[in-house]
Amino acid sequence: MWPFIKKEFFHIFRDIRSMVILFGMPVAQVLLFGFAITTDIKDVPIAILDHSKDHVTREITSKLLSSGYFKLESNLKSNDGIGNSFKRGSVKEVIVFEDNFAKKLEKEGSANVQLILDASEPNTATMINAYTTGIINTHTMQMMKTAGKIPMSIITESKMLYNPELKSVYMFVPGVITIILMLVSTMMTSISITREKEMGTMEALLVSPLKPIQIILGKVIPYILLSFINLIVILLMARFVFGMPIQGNVVLLLLESIMFIVMALALGILISAVSKSQQQAMLLSMFGLLLPTIMLSGFIFPVENMPYILQLISHVMPSKWFIIIVKAIMLKGVGIAYFWKETLIIFGTTIFLIAMSVKKFKLRLE
Amino acid sequence: MSVKLEIQELNKDFEKVKALKNVSLKVEPGELFGFIGPDGAGKTTLFRLITSLLLPTSGSISVDGLDCVSDFKKIRNLTGYMPGRFSLYLDLTVEENLNFYASIFKTSLKENYHLIKDIYEQIEPFKKRKAGDLSGGMKQKLALSCALIHKPKLLILDEPTTGVDAVSRKEFWELLKKMQKTGITILVSTPYMDEASLCDRVALMQKGEIMAVDTPEIIVNSYAGRLWEVKTNNMFALLSNLNEINDDIRLIFRFGETVHFTTTKLEEDTVSTLVASSLKEKGHENIVVKKTVAQIEDCFLALMEE
Repeated sequence: MWPFIKKEFFHIFRDIRSMVILFGMPVAQVLLFGFAITTDIKDVPIAILDHSKDHVTREITSKLLSSGYFKLESNLKSNDGIGNSFKRGSVKEVIVFEDNFAKKLEKEGSANVQLILDASEPNTATMINAYTTGIINTHTMQMMKTAGKIPMSIITESKMLYNPELKSVYMFVPGVITIILMLVSTMMTSISITREKEMGTMEALLVSPLKPIQIILGKVIPYILLSFINLIVILLMARFVFGMPIQGNVVLLLLESIMFIVMALALGILISAVSKSQQQAMLLSMFGLLLPTIMLSGFIFPVENMPYILQLISHVMPSKWFIIIVKAIMLKGVGIAYFWKETLIIFGTTIFLIAMSVKKFKLRLE
Repeated sequence: MSVKLEIQELNKDFEKVKALKNVSLKVEPGELFGFIGPDGAGKTTLFRLITSLLLPTSGSISVDGLDCVSDFKKIRNLTGYMPGRFSLYLDLTVEENLNFYASIFKTSLKENYHLIKDIYEQIEPFKKRKAGDLSGGMKQKLALSCALIHKPKLLILDEPTTGVDAVSRKEFWELLKKMQKTGITILVSTPYMDEASLCDRVALMQKGEIMAVDTPEIIVNSYAGRLWEVKTNNMFALLSNLNEINDDIRLIFRFGETVHFTTTKLEEDTVSTLVASSLKEKGHENIVVKKTVAQIEDCFLALMEE
């Protein structure tokens, strides 16, 4: 068994492409998702058209700008500038205060402020809108309080649990872990087994007295080790580059991950059993597994908002359950009592896939 | 020590083609047995059936009394198989390849070094080189070493000399002869007709069928008809011109620098004058017609025509 594993490591370490996929990809993915793909609102460029220029509008403006969410791009002089600012794409939002804002507020008890948003990115627009409205409302409340004008008010106080700063890294790290483990384990094993088929070395292995389970284990053990190293690297990066805490039990997290890795490897063996070439194996794992993992696991798009059919399909994705587990351990810090069902689902899938792949692994060429 | 092989009415169908049709054959212990035939004759399929990599559609194979379907694990232990594509790990070095193959057969290079000493000595200077960087001849020797490292009793070599230069081919056959003396039974397939004479016995294969099985001498001597060799200054037109001379001039095909043809009914003395004069009429010069001895290739082509 040991020579087999040693041989497999030689294959991996001598192939630059494998090395890039194994070690470059996880780091690149985490950095990419962590830094580049962020949905956080920060320094959004805005323009302000202040027809009134009184103390109230100035106060609101300075509140908005000091929040850190917005950055003043320009002060507009007239309505004509609004269209152009959006067309140039230099601002995401224009805030328009009407004439005699403070006076109206005092006399009539109400004044109008118009928010115009660039909704070509709907999600961002919604968020900017909510942030702006929120800041303006808070300010109005404070004003009224100091003026002693409202006798009664309901104050909502929101507390964001598990991710108080609403950092998107918290959401991406569990997803990236899942994708990387899936990619490394499933794709790499299926490719490495089909490569032996293509090169004709599988014939020689089959003719030898090796048992199928020995061939499979010899193929799989190196990838278990490498996937595990990857997992550690991602967790360390999440902790020290992005400051993401691991609230729960690290050992439990690693154990759950090993189970997921074993499942992914069994899947890889199964793929290699049905594909004839490296290319076919790669396509199968890429489009058959990776895309659904990204799209349907709730990694990027919440499963609850999907059409019913897709929700049903998402139940079959083991990655969906794994992401729930990882989030529960890392963010909520809860123990196995809270996700034993998910664990059981993955465990069952693992047993099923192992049984299938050992059965499908052929001792002959047909 | 060595084993015998018996094949009975073996058939193998793939989805669209019948790869082997009613193949029956016996190989005696210690024999160097050749399977000769062009690509697609069914040689590789036959070897894969013997090594139990494929299952027969019907018929049976027994190696040393063991059935290739039910006792396949035992058969795999006593066979050494060198597949057509050499099956080496190209990113591993010569030494690593050998050690790996030794280990999966639960032995080691050290333990069985004496078995492959003659062959391995020739590639040992390159033992740190990757298999992918070896020449065809060296790859072949490495693959043979890998197939021999576990002391098999039956050695099966699928086209070991394809893609290998002439000198290496000659050396390789000398090695096989030497190995045969240790008592091992050897099956070898080749598309090169000239290698047939190096085997104890050969089977001529074509489209999944065995056309003849015998020693190369007997096959050659039993050639039906008289074989002639022609050479002129216009080899290009020669083939078609020969065809037009007489109905009894058959099996016309190029053979190296010359053209061979066969006659059966024509008087032996008249053939050369008839052919020479007819060719002269058609504009050929420097005409040489002489009787020649059949070789395996002639027999093969004659059998194909039947």
